Amino acid sequence: MKMTLRALFGATVSLTLAGAAMAETTITVATVNNGDMIRMQGLMDDFYAKNPDIKVNWVTLEENALRQKVTTDIATKGGQFDVLTIGTYEVPIWGKAGWLVSLNDLPADYDAADLLPAIAGGLTVDGNLYASPFYGESSMVMYRKDLMEAAGLTMPDAPTWADIKAAAAAMTDKDKEQYGICLRGKAGWGENMAFLTAMSNSFGAKWFDMDWHAQFDQKPWADTLAFYLDLMNNYGPPGASNNGFNENLALFQQGHCGMWIDATVAASFVTGKDSTVGDKVGFALAPDNGLGKRGNWLWAWSLAIPAGTQKADAAKAFVNWATNKDYLALVASKEGWANVPPGTRSSLYANEEYAKIPFAKMTLDSINAADPTHPTVDPVPYTGVQFVAIPEFQGIATAVGQQFSAALAGTTSAADALAAAQALTTTEMTKAGYVK
Amino acid sequence: MARKSTHTRKIAVTIIAWAIGFVIFFPILWTILMSFKSEGDAIKAPMAMLAAPWSFESYAEVQARSNYSLHFMNSVILSVGSTLLALIIAVPAAWAMAFVPGKRTKDLLMWMLSTKMMPAVGVLVPMYLIFRNFGLLDSRSGLVVVLTLINLPIVIWMLYTYFKEIPGEILEAARMDGASLRAEILYVLTPMAVPGIASTMLLNIILAWNEAFWTLQLTTHDAAPLTQFIASYSSPEGLFYAKLSAASTMAIAPILILGWFSQKQLVRGLTFGAVK
Repeated sequence: MKMTLRALFGATVSLTLAGAAMAETTITVATVNNGDMIRMQGLMDDFYAKNPDIKVNWVTLEENALRQKVTTDIATKGGQFDVLTIGTYEVPIWGKAGWLVSLNDLPADYDAADLLPAIAGGLTVDGNLYASPFYGESSMVMYRKDLMEAAGLTMPDAPTWADIKAAAAAMTDKDKEQYGICLRGKAGWGENMAFLTAMSNSFGAKWFDMDWHAQFDQKPWADTLAFYLDLMNNYGPPGASNNGFNENLALFQQGHCGMWIDATVAASFVTGKDSTVGDKVGFALAPDNGLGKRGNWLWAWSLAIPAGTQKADAAKAFVNWATNKDYLALVASKEGWANVPPGTRSSLYANEEYAKIPFAKMTLDSINAADPTHPTVDPVPYTGVQFVAIPEFQGIATAVGQQFSAALAGTTSAADALAAAQALTTTEMTKAGYVK
Repeated sequence: MARKSTHTRKIAVTIIAWAIGFVIFFPILWTILMSFKSEGDAIKAPMAMLAAPWSFESYAEVQARSNYSLHFMNSVILSVGSTLLALIIAVPAAWAMAFVPGKRTKDLLMWMLSTKMMPAVGVLVPMYLIFRNFGLLDSRSGLVVVLTLINLPIVIWMLYTYFKEIPGEILEAARMDGASLRAEILYVLTPMAVPGIASTMLLNIILAWNEAFWTLQLTTHDAAPLTQFIASYSSPEGLFYAKLSAASTMAIAPILILGWFSQKQLVRGLTFGAVK
């Protein structure tokens, strides 16, 4: 009887332990709706084959909705998410606040040394990698080779802003609804201000001096805005103050833009099957003004783990799978090299097959040309190329973006827009305690 | 002469009404049309887009990528659940305010309405913390309560306005015949107010179905309704207009059909009194 009871107890314990070991862990991943992320969701069978005890629930949202939601959740330690898709702007701020789990202890096959230094640098705080890059991007010039040829011009690999203006003038034919240049005009810190901040770096402008005083009353910003307005008013499409990434992409794909300076990730779209000009597109670095800085930005959509998660091990297993070199090989084998998430690993650009993609080299060169730790000609107290990595930036830059968008729409003058930008930035920075 | 001018006026008013109706409906119509085009055709100029071949590819992809039935069921449970809960609270409240008003009834009504004037985001963090502490994040029950509370002022106001039209003498007669309070509300007041209650119910279902702030903020997966289904197809970096349109059409179709079939009831309830 005693033996039977003992055997029964032993069997129960074994079954319980086996059950615990087999128990499924469900993690919730918050992500944005873009091609690379959607592709990953379609390749999850590979993850499940390697991690049969982990189930993944996806929460896919539009970028701004996602940002608001994960910010609320992480700030209140809501614990709704185990993996977050966040950008280069959030990582330094959230990492510093202790809201993210360090990824320094990912397995050896993750190969952190293979990450592109510019990208990894933007995701590291005090030696801790707080997010693993899923894809990285910079910005570059995408131009119509056929229109340039017809105008008798050649686009240099590293053009100046003067080259861009000359090309825009030569390619504009408004009667044919053909505009020399398409640039972002829609107000928003991630819309027109991403472009204008990166552009201003190449004009020697900066958001703040070393004492956090706003710099919109300085000549470099006046030069930046004047050049931008001149380009867009003379050679840009009508209604450009409403155009963001998607609107310009549609215009370029339909053959209405001679040039478009925007995210490198757009290269696969403008050369893709939905583009009417796919075989006529050339690429060049973002322009400069001979001051040592180019007007290109740096961004990486990355996977991070919130400090409040109860499932850090499962979350790390997922992050390792999604951002590992093996994942790039998986995408290449299933969908071709052109669809591999770009801009994260040196090994990808050493791959001969990938080097055949027309925009691969220019994407890498653009990423390498950006330096988030020294973004401007003069020294500044902040990091970030097309943003300033402080929590207040989103609100301030969106308000400034509204002023500049109004200047483009013609409802206010450039001088008034700059004065308003200076005033509102000074007020907010003083209120936040940066300006003493 | 007078008859002719009235007739002309009637035609003019009808044309204007149709024109306004068309302008209001146009974005929905365009969304539906765009959903039946390929992504490449969806971004073409309007006439070129209309001339492009029709396609179901966006619907097929949306269906393959998302769990529509889960989101649909959540929307049904949240909108119907919150409406029934709101009616259970609002019918007695509106009865009390309409038939036994106190000194502060008007103030109370105005105060209730004033809660609708505050932007929802103002209470996001406290609400989120309450939900977190009670374990209600991503739960249907928590969201039913929230949707009930945010629509309750409108439901009470509508029922109050409707009940005010019912002569109190009818209820008095029922009382004299020995009806209890419960019987008076259930068997006398409610049957007379059915059109009003029905229109209030329909309006509340529509409001709850379309609510897109709290349903996005307080859910992730299990309780996420169709608002999140639509939001998952919006992208600032990529042209997915056809798929976004297909998702939107699938999300609004049920409520559009419900509204279409019940429009007479809805208009009657909103424009006529109880005993007219």
